[in-house]
Amino acid sequence: MIDTGFRDRTEPVLHLDQVSRVHGQGAAEVHALREVDLRVYPGEFVAVMGPSGSGKSTLLTLAGGLDSPSGGRVVVEGRSLGELSRRRLAEVRRRAIGYVFQDYNLIPALTAVENIMLPRELDGVSTRAARREAQAALDEVGIGELADRFPDDMSGGQQQRVAIARALIGERRLVLADEPTGALDSTTGEAVLAVLRARCDAGAAAMMVTHEPRHAAWADRVVFLRDGRLVDETGRRSAESLLITAATNSLNRPEAS
Amino acid sequence: MSIRHGLLALLDQGPRYGYQLRTEFEARTGATWPLNVGQVYTTLGRLERDGLVVPDGEDEEGHLFYAVTEKGRTELRAWFDTPVPRTNPPRDELAIKLAMAVTVPGVDVHGVVQAQRRHSIQALQDYTRLKARALAGEAAAGGVEGTELAWLLVLEQLIFQAEAEIRWLDHCETRLANHRERQTAAAPAAEAPRRRRTKQQLGER
Repeated sequence: MIDTGFRDRTEPVLHLDQVSRVHGQGAAEVHALREVDLRVYPGEFVAVMGPSGSGKSTLLTLAGGLDSPSGGRVVVEGRSLGELSRRRLAEVRRRAIGYVFQDYNLIPALTAVENIMLPRELDGVSTRAARREAQAALDEVGIGELADRFPDDMSGGQQQRVAIARALIGERRLVLADEPTGALDSTTGEAVLAVLRARCDAGAAAMMVTHEPRHAAWADRVVFLRDGRLVDETGRRSAESLLITAATNSLNRPEAS
Repeated sequence: MSIRHGLLALLDQGPRYGYQLRTEFEARTGATWPLNVGQVYTTLGRLERDGLVVPDGEDEEGHLFYAVTEKGRTELRAWFDTPVPRTNPPRDELAIKLAMAVTVPGVDVHGVVQAQRRHSIQALQDYTRLKARALAGEAAAGGVEGTELAWLLVLEQLIFQAEAEIRWLDHCETRLANHRERQTAAAPAAEAPRRRRTKQQLGER
């Protein structure tokens, strides 16, 4: 279970406060989300699972300020997104939130490194500093040598890693990812998850939508959505079993040859 | 059986005594299948009876060593050369539970599925943490070998199995939903299922 002392002392990076989202009107009304309450804390990696149509992607677009809730509030680092002007919202999205889209959303006319630099330059960071940060982010996801390639000259997996590097650059403390490992083979997918994991261990918060149990397992907490409601979640620390204790002991045991 | 052949495999690397066999077996499997020393001695007794191992003296501390025989080596090779049979799948408690849940009236099948899913994801999280740690150790040491590699493979097998179970649970839910839709479509009048009730059940209504 989560250490509640930690929770009491710490402000969540992301708070979905009784958030609902209704699409359409009258008879065509669809409740995509119903009064979802979810807090993501610094250092926490949360995975969202659920059948298709359960509201996973809606949850993520609301958390990223790409859509507005029909009810409730979305609070990022203490700021309620609904109360911000368009300009301030754009700024929060650029500075505080890294978003990895399912279909990458790279700008085809820019190279990999330029795609990643763009938000930093908009923030007023010098071109040289932005390029240095972008190169570091590319190195972090393991494709530093592809900095000057254009998206069209890269594989889907490589483009996805550029998109992830773009989400990680700067001081962003909230990373949102929609099936970030979809286009990646299993080893590369794991490498990307390890990057997200490391970011959270360094104090960022991340929320990832996935249907892959093996990938969700990298998270501290897995929440389950069904018909727009949060129906269940795993603890941050599970009270698993003798097996794990035994296994851990044997890992730490000096090697028997 | 796996303990029998596991012990033969260890003895193939040289004579060993019971407690040592237990320690080495568990080191390779991350103590996923703990052995008690009694099981080890019982198994050694059967192996000796079948002529696959022979006693090989004692050390000054009184440890009784065993060595593999030529017949034992042949048996071990045959084990490695033969696939593990899948013709008689081991009884799976979860499969049995779900098979019962969908046929016994009044069971909340979705509740059963979700409770299992949460549990299995939690196990998967634990395995993944252990794996991340093993891999970090690998990176620090510049590679894994021997018992660590064996343990990593066992751990990944647990990961794949838990994943397969969760996928199957997802699939069960989809199938149940489809089944319900078909039933509703076939019987729009929503006729209550006829079943015999005991007096006690009727009395409760």
